[in-house]
Amino acid sequence: MVKRSTRLAVIGATALGLLVGFSGCEREARRFAAAPRPPDARAQAESLSQQQAGPAGPGMREAAAAGGYAEDNAYTLAQGKLYYRWFNCVGCHAQGGGGIGPALMDASWIYGKEPGDVFTTIMDGRPNGMPSFRGRLPEQQAWQLVAYVRSLSGLVSGDAATNRGDTLAGGQPEYLRDPLPPEDKKR
Amino acid sequence: MAAHDYSNTRYSPLGEITAANIDKMQPAWTFSTSVDRGHEGVPIVADDTLFIVTPFPNRVIAFDVSKPGATIKWTFEPKPDRGAQGVACCDVVNRGAVYNDGRLFFDTIDNQVIALDAANGKEIWRVRLGSFTSGQSMTMSPLVVKGQVLVGNSGAAFGVRGFIAAIDAGKGRETWRAWSTGPDKDVHIGQGFSPFYAADRGTDLGVSTWPPDGWKTGGGTVDGWLSYDAELDLVFHGTGRPAPRNPLQRPGSNKWTSTLFARRPATGDAVWAYQMSPNDRHGYDGSNENVLVELPLAGRQRKLLMHPDGNGHIYVIDRASGELVSADPFVFVSTSQGVDRATGALAYRAAQPPPAGRVVRDSCPGSAGAKNWQPGAWSPRTRLLYLPVQNLCEDTAFFAASQIAGTPYLGAEAKMHPHRGEARGAFIAWDPIARRKVWSIAERFPVWSGALATAGDLVFYGTMDGWLKAVDARNGRELWKYKAVSGIVGQPMSYRGGDGHQYVAVLAGVGGWAGLIVSNALDARDGTAAGGFVNAMKDLPKVTGKGGMLYVFRIP
Repeated sequence: MVKRSTRLAVIGATALGLLVGFSGCEREARRFAAAPRPPDARAQAESLSQQQAGPAGPGMREAAAAGGYAEDNAYTLAQGKLYYRWFNCVGCHAQGGGGIGPALMDASWIYGKEPGDVFTTIMDGRPNGMPSFRGRLPEQQAWQLVAYVRSLSGLVSGDAATNRGDTLAGGQPEYLRDPLPPEDKKR
Repeated sequence: MAAHDYSNTRYSPLGEITAANIDKMQPAWTFSTSVDRGHEGVPIVADDTLFIVTPFPNRVIAFDVSKPGATIKWTFEPKPDRGAQGVACCDVVNRGAVYNDGRLFFDTIDNQVIALDAANGKEIWRVRLGSFTSGQSMTMSPLVVKGQVLVGNSGAAFGVRGFIAAIDAGKGRETWRAWSTGPDKDVHIGQGFSPFYAADRGTDLGVSTWPPDGWKTGGGTVDGWLSYDAELDLVFHGTGRPAPRNPLQRPGSNKWTSTLFARRPATGDAVWAYQMSPNDRHGYDGSNENVLVELPLAGRQRKLLMHPDGNGHIYVIDRASGELVSADPFVFVSTSQGVDRATGALAYRAAQPPPAGRVVRDSCPGSAGAKNWQPGAWSPRTRLLYLPVQNLCEDTAFFAASQIAGTPYLGAEAKMHPHRGEARGAFIAWDPIARRKVWSIAERFPVWSGALATAGDLVFYGTMDGWLKAVDARNGRELWKYKAVSGIVGQPMSYRGGDGHQYVAVLAGVGGWAGLIVSNALDARDGTAAGGFVNAMKDLPKVTGKGGMLYVFRIP
């Protein structure tokens, strides 16, 4: 009975061109953005500014909520994964294990793990070496990047997180990630 | 100077400590640097004073070694911009200061070169040679030649354009700067330039061997060691890898990256150049040390330069002409099949680099090279070159990198692993006349420290799991070891104290590219972390922790 009604609903939705049947499934709730482009090499050649910045204020966190920031969303996370590579985040933070910059796949967050904190870190930079990307990256794309960065340590739903990428795999794909306290990393 | 002498031998003529008495050697004094990143520096001693430069924040400390206890004479805080930590590819290291004529010269991570009065630590001048926001940093140990301080930049991983510059030691004014890429004028290639091999001859090769404008962000930094031959009046230095790391984005030989240069110290003019790894696909770099020796070869005494390169070959070169005498692999090499003596060309095994996205397995050596920054030592008594090496291969995949100033310009991901499950490091003795390895000591981790040879026929090196070891220079037999507070990636040295006795000093404090997993608390679950080095170092945090400590040993 249940099975049958579900099937009927799907058929009905498809026939009518409505997506009502999927309204409860965030994985399919795509937010359509302008076609993404890789950063232009020459236009980006000027220096990134390095700014002193504090943690995100409450206003920033409210903006995240009000702006419709939704991180349990496969499209958002896939876009974020693309920008993570295009904007060279991967060069310092690797696939979350870090390098020049700190690891992003553990439970340790120097400047805060809330979406607003991560947004501020990306856009304004941090004083110990994180450059500011303000002016290089539209805010909507920055929020997609925020969602992806949080997915590196398993802070978003595994249903929406990206699978292994089309590259050399460093470790577990994002959808299987689980943060560990820093002291447990030395297993 | 860091390398003991202009020839970069790291050979101490002190012979009080020998195989017969070293079993009694113990710490005379120690000092905590209060810095916990990679200590790749070296203590230097002059005027009964021992000087060290710490990793960022590049604090300089002078100790009075004329009396027991080694009290601190002075401390100097250069206060570099902390934002520069974000462009230091391979930990926030500093490889040491240089003393000359009552002054101490060193560079800071944010591209300042500073001169201090060695007697009191007062600043005499400082000059800034670029901005870290472009991706440039400074980590190398300068050399003073004929009243000029020679320094070079770091940051090939960030797509900076490499250079070596000369600064008037008295006034702190830049007198010349020779770039590693670009038009001949910028590279200081002119009338007197006469490279030995045809591949290095031509006009403006620093432009024409790149895609349009590629040379402007092409790397080739001068972040390694400088040596000088007063008789020939030539300075020798290597240049770093090209940028980006992805070779598909820079078709061409990419001159003058991964190249050896001989230059006139007064003008910077190039006399010869020899590119070891054209289009350096594997990121082997050419910055390793050049050790100057005179050896009898085929019946005559020759002025030679020995260069153990990242690509796995030890190059022996006639340092007056740039002619290759021999090039032999000193570790397992799979990426190339030797160097052609007639043309000087490295024979890559694959005709082309792999297409983007394809993972190439088991490239040996990996991108850290057969040997990285860690300098070897030469003993004129044994006529052996002692080399700290790593035995690592790599799986690599390329992708298109975006050029955004101040961010890494790589386009490659990698995972390193030991060659066929063997030990990850070794300390080897190489005979350049017989062209063979005489002995080798296997080490669990890459040997990331420098080497020291002494007239007592001892050789010293440190290990990443924290041992300072002394071995017999002739056969490699272990004679003594001491477990330090943290892994050793510094450069051991020896000096005569105020009491007339021989001392051995070294900085402990694990870090550097190989030790970032500890010094920057990286996550071992991602093998691509730290450019793939983490994949080979997952167990390092189990055996050592952070810590910066100066150790000074003697026989009581």
